[in-house]
Amino acid sequence: MKKQIANWGNYPAMEADEESFVFEEQLDALVQKDVAFIARGNGRCYGDASLSERTISTLKFDKILSFDTETGIFECQSGITLDQVLNVIVPKGWFLPVTPGTKFITIGGALASDVHGKNHHVDGSISNHVAEFDLVLASKEQLTCSRETFPDLFEATLGGMGLTGVISRVKLRLKKIETSFIRQKQIKATNLQELIGLFEQYKDYTYSVAWIDCLKKGEHFGRSILLLGEHAKLDEIPEGQRPGALKLPAKKQITFPINMPSWVLNTLTVKAFNFLYYTKNFKKEINNIVSYEPFFYPLDAILHWNRLYGKSGFVQYQFVLPLSAKQGLVEILNRIADEGLGSFLAVLKVFGHQESIISFPKEGYTLALDFPVRKGLLEFLDELDELVLKYDGRLYMSKDARMRPALLEAGYPGLKQFKSIIKKYNPGNKIRSVQSDRLLLTADS
Amino acid sequence: METVLVLGATSDIGIAIAKKFASEKYNVQLAARKPELLGPLQSDIQIRYNVECGVYAFDALIFHSHSMFFETLNPKPEITICIFGTMDDEEDAFNNWNLTQRMIDTNYTGAVSVLNIAARTYIKNKKGTIIGISSVAGDRGRASKMIYGSSKAAFNAYLAGLRNKCFKDNVHVMTVKPGFVYTRMTENMELPALLTSTPAYLADVVYNGFAKKKNVIYIKWFWRYIMLIIKSIPEFQFKKMKL
Repeated sequence: MKKQIANWGNYPAMEADEESFVFEEQLDALVQKDVAFIARGNGRCYGDASLSERTISTLKFDKILSFDTETGIFECQSGITLDQVLNVIVPKGWFLPVTPGTKFITIGGALASDVHGKNHHVDGSISNHVAEFDLVLASKEQLTCSRETFPDLFEATLGGMGLTGVISRVKLRLKKIETSFIRQKQIKATNLQELIGLFEQYKDYTYSVAWIDCLKKGEHFGRSILLLGEHAKLDEIPEGQRPGALKLPAKKQITFPINMPSWVLNTLTVKAFNFLYYTKNFKKEINNIVSYEPFFYPLDAILHWNRLYGKSGFVQYQFVLPLSAKQGLVEILNRIADEGLGSFLAVLKVFGHQESIISFPKEGYTLALDFPVRKGLLEFLDELDELVLKYDGRLYMSKDARMRPALLEAGYPGLKQFKSIIKKYNPGNKIRSVQSDRLLLTADS
Repeated sequence: METVLVLGATSDIGIAIAKKFASEKYNVQLAARKPELLGPLQSDIQIRYNVECGVYAFDALIFHSHSMFFETLNPKPEITICIFGTMDDEEDAFNNWNLTQRMIDTNYTGAVSVLNIAARTYIKNKKGTIIGISSVAGDRGRASKMIYGSSKAAFNAYLAGLRNKCFKDNVHVMTVKPGFVYTRMTENMELPALLTSTPAYLADVVYNGFAKKKNVIYIKWFWRYIMLIIKSIPEFQFKKMKL
């Protein structure tokens, strides 16, 4: 039965078959069917990466297989969400080695996107912490991949958007923590120059990210709040909290009730929001101890926050430019401020060094922005693409719903190798998505 | 800590119920025809909920194996939940006695066989709970669910009788009648969202019903009234309807 599906941006949406499995033998049977498909987790990529006329949902394949609380080795099936993983590991003194800004993604999706977090400059992306995984190929053959066995497949799967096969089992190395709290520092920067200096000054912090006001021009161009954090040690939290130092945060969730009409979001409202957000921090610097939830997952507290962007949805645009291309960052931010299309959530971060075939992160500045889908947006993003191209940058496929194949090719030097690995392990392009067809990764030739 | 036996633990509903009881700090015994599939669920339950979890082979259709099966359970479960069942295409079943018999033998005969054994133990101990997952399809016979519905009707009558028989011995019997449930069995069917529950929701309702010692519960609750209306249609009218 076809049903309407879309990923987090609600753009694009399409009719698709969704089949699920609980046991490996059922996955084998689904893969064996002679219809092309893409594996799909919780649908939290933004664009069309996990869309296809036939999707295989991993959500029921969500069991924890082993957890060594001494060594922090955690083994699970790919459909489990980070949320569920945290519920089990945090009380035992462990944390995800890398986490993106939402915990409602699956482990399989995390690997397929090779997700990064606020600690990329220190710990790299999730691929650095994957000991091994099982991959079910289009031929239904199952391979255990690691840096030692099938290293080509291992690397091409991390960031490979599900095109090498279905990730079925994952073994991760977790991070040890003493408490579930974060020692947080927030610093206001009055402009972009100051912010970049602060990133440099505080680069030893494990976690760092900045919210940036894209609509501000002139001397306050790029005003922002830099958010820094460390896992709090036991002796850093108030004495009263120490007995429950590893407790899970209380669940406080509200649901965004309806799709907002699209006129609600305009330059004025976004400017007002940005003003409030920036001025809520009265002091230049705030230091405090907070639970990990508001630090890592502020938006998860509002279920369905994507409804803010209305029925027509939104596109998230995330690029990375090399450190040398500071000028490019200025140019792109200027372009956005001129257009007045800025979003609530413009997030800037400095990536550390990373070498990989197809993963998004590479050393440089990464900026992520939301744009509501409306007339003229796609043309505007094409213009931004030109700038990204000019400054030797690239876009994040997990956010993408519209880039052209040429940009992908220019941005990812490993693309040729990636394509040849897909050809080897997914020869008939049986595993394909709307995105992979659009980007000519699975083009029939 | 009490132990709950889940008969039919590889089904979506079985998995959800096993997890729910584990999350409420019950030890769990998983029983299914293919126990080799249950390793991941077993580790998951042990790690997530910190309870004991055992795996047992159980085949509803091999009636004579049931007493041996119950014998080997260690410890003896205080709660037995019967979830297994099959639903074949009705037209196929109508034309193929093997399918009809398999449906009846799984949904009714097999359930009676194993629950009689559990009930005898509970009556002897003057303590225990039996929960049977039946279906609203058992409330009235109709063409589109003729064999399946009749097997569930028989199961309903059995559970009602058992409830009556065991009451004086402090053994509680709960009948659960789900309407539509989103499972792998119904993945390709178009179901009305309002009337359909998820396995996790069903498991929550079953647990709450168990905690409150309910006798017959419908899931979702308004199925009780839907079925009341369906049962009240006069037969001369009902037989002409397409249901």
